[in-house]
Order: sequence, then structure tokens, then C-alpha cells
Amino acid sequence: MDNPGLMNRMEGSDAAAVQRALAGDRDAFRVLVDRHSRSLFRLAFRMTGNEHDAEEVVQETFLRAYRRLSKFESRANFGTWLYRIGINCSLDFRRSRMRHEEHREPDDAEGNPAVQQLASEAPAPDRVVFSGQVGARVEQAMSELSDVERSAFVLRHFEGLSIEEIGKALGLRVSATKNSIFRAVQKLRRALEPMVSTTR
Amino acid sequence: MNHLNEEQLILYHYGEEAYREAAERRAASEHLAACDNCRASYAALQRVLAAVDAAPVPERAEEYGSEVWARLRPRLEGAPGKESLRGWNWWLAPQRWALAGAMAVLLIVAFFVGRVTREEPPTSAAISPQARERILMVAVGEHLERSQMVLVELSNAPSNGKVDISSEQHMASELVGENRLYRQTAMNAGEAGVASVLDELERVLVEVANSPSEVSSKQMESLRKRIESQGILFKVRVIGSEVRERAKPAQQDAAPQPAAEPAKKST
Ligand SMILES: [Zn+2]
Repeated sequence: MDNPGLMNRMEGSDAAAVQRALAGDRDAFRVLVDRHSRSLFRLAFRMTGNEHDAEEVVQETFLRAYRRLSKFESRANFGTWLYRIGINCSLDFRRSRMRHEEHREPDDAEGNPAVQQLASEAPAPDRVVFSGQVGARVEQAMSELSDVERSAFVLRHFEGLSIEEIGKALGLRVSATKNSIFRAVQKLRRALEPMVSTTR
Repeated sequence: MNHLNEEQLILYHYGEEAYREAAERRAASEHLAACDNCRASYAALQRVLAAVDAAPVPERAEEYGSEVWARLRPRLEGAPGKESLRGWNWWLAPQRWALAGAMAVLLIVAFFVGRVTREEPPTSAAISPQARERILMVAVGEHLERSQMVLVELSNAPSNGKVDISSEQHMASELVGENRLYRQTAMNAGEAGVASVLDELERVLVEVANSPSEVSSKQMESLRKRIESQGILFKVRVIGSEVRERAKPAQQDAAPQPAAEPAKKST
């Protein structure tokens, strides 16, 4: 839980690598790629829920980052900046995968049949005791979150970013960020509680 | 202390807000220890979040960074610093292109006004009509590329909360003037297809230029819809690559090459 995230650890040396890259040092960008690829992949996977998409997101993210490198402000945190690009790339992928769902309202959980179905379909206790299934359930529940909810939750829960950092990454106010996390947790509870409460 | 509602429990769990303070955390912990209700809700929350952690995430090996780099490397041109001067950031730096753009516009307009107002192209200039067309195409191609950058940036902007679009807005307002000149020039030169895309582009650019520098998610969405509904980005891409294709000989060799004259557009 007390995961400081990649945000703070690498801050100083990232800034130096960016400076060197901008000064024309080709290998300096490689340092950034080496340093952030794995965590970026995890983020991309959690955002897209798909290994292949995640690989593509990683590529696209570094490509965009490379092209915009001089737009990066040296006072900012490179990891946060890269994550923001990664999140946008992930969202682009999600959008292109679910075009038909594009106009889903962010607050439609109540009327969302998929969520209700998921909850009512929660398997009997004996079937989840040894639970490879839990993972699949979670993935399905995660896929029912809106883009913003999923992004905010992933960044808070898995990446250990603070609400302020998430707000900055997503371009949200603190209150909106907080509400997105609340809604995400509520939806996850609704979907997963019937299952986990019986496993105890 | 009062009972903790779900939102407070979530904040407590993540050590956020009030619960960053040691005193607040302790107070909440003490309440949880003493209150069966809150303890039960918190346990339920923790179970769900623990289940979330059970979702498998495929790990990538240590050398994943090298794999990413190997795939990425051929897609990058030059060093990042250099690339950023030639690529995106170069286009986004208004001072740089304002000068280049303005000069190109003046040059082009001078040529085409010359061609339109006189019966004959100025013979003193060692520039053939084909070369002139290519110069126009190079300039329009660059203009379209810059416009495309702005539109892409906008359609990729975060879709929630307030978004600062001041740099895109500034770019757009500069591009509007340039666009107008190119559109007129293209019309005069009988380039109806180019002129019509520039006309559509101009409307979108004007809309962006007239937007507030900070837009709400709703305004952002309507701007995005506007860009998408016209298919303007697609048209700009298509005409842009066509235009760049036609500009090619001029980039390699500015001297007139009558034999290499590109086919006229049919639109
Ligand atoms: Zn209580």
C-alpha cells in the first residue's frame, strides 16, 4: 500500500535524462524507455485489459513522448507526464475498440445492465474458493467502469498516485478525481462483494 | 467520533486527505477498533479491494525495455532534441513558424498574383509554372500539417475537467490568417479541391481560435465532435499527403523539370 510509485523515485535522474535527450543525446531517451517500459506496460494493461493493446500503447506512448519532449517542463515529473500520455493512448485504444459505446454516460452505472448481470451472476461459493475466476470477474467489473473512473482508480489503487497527482494527470479537479474514485470503488463493490463475502 | 461513511473509509484506506494527518488516522483507527458497524464495512471494502488485486497482470521481463526500444528505434528520426525541432514542437512554436509561414505566404501570393494579373508568367523569373505549383504545394502541405497537429492535439485532449487549450488556440488564430491566403491563392490557381478543404478547415480553425483558452469538458466535447463530424481531420490528412506528393520534386530539386510535372488534380 505504501507504494511511492515510480513517480518520486526516479524524478531527479529522469529530469537529467530528458535534458540530455533534448540536447541531442540519442541514448538518453533509451534510458527513459528502459526505466519506464515495464511500469508503463502494467498501467497500459490495467487500462486496456488486453496484452496486445498494452504493448501498442507502450510504443505509441513513447513515440508521442519523444515527439513532444521539448513540451515537457523540466520542473514537472517525467513519470507523471509520461503516464498522462500513456493514459491518453490507452483511452484512444479503448475508444477505438468500443466505438459503439462511445457515448456512454459516465454516471450510468445504476442503469447499466452489464453491471447488474455481473452481480447476479456471481458464482456460488464453492466455485470461487480456488479462484482463477476472481481475476476474470475483476477484469469484467473493471471493464464496466467509465474511462475516467477506471483511469482514476488504476492510478490510485495500483500506481499509488495521490489524488492531486491523478487530477493533474487526468486534467480533473481534486473533487472530480475523488468522486471518480468513489464511483469506481462503489461499482467494484457492487460487482464483487457478493463473490468475496461468501469466500470468507 | 462519528461513524465513517463509505467515502471516508475509502480515503482512510488510501491514506488520503484528512487521513494523511497522524491524529486523524489515529482517531479513525480507534473508532474502527471500537465500532462493529464501521469495522464490518471497512472489512468488506478491504475484501473487495483485495479481490481487485487478484486480477492477474502479465509481468514483463527485465529486458522488456530493450525490446520496446528495438521496436521504437526505427520509428524515431534523429535525436529527440533534433526531432522536436523538426517535428511536433517545431510546428507548435509560434514564433518559428509564424516567420516561416508568413514568408512562404508572401512568396506564394507574389507568384500567384503575378500569374493571375498578367497574361504571361514573369519571364524574368527562372521559375516555371510547375515549379511554382510545387512551391505552393510545399507551403500548403506544411500549413496542413501544422493545422493537423492542432486538431489532433485537441481531439486527444483529456475529456474531463477544465482543459487549457491556450497554445492550440493561439496556433489556430495564427493559422486562420495563413489559411485565408492559401485558400484564395489556391482558388486563383484553379485548385478547387485544395481550396474547398481549406475552406472547411478555416471554419474549424476559427471556432478553435474563438474558444476560451480554458474549456470545460462539455465545450471540449463539442469542439471534438465538431472536428469529428466534418471528417475534417481525415480530409486534411488526405489532401495533405496528396499535396506533399505533388510537392516532392520541388523538395529534391527546385529547378524546373517540365518532364516531371505531376498530374493535375481531378477534383
Ligand atoms: Zn462507526
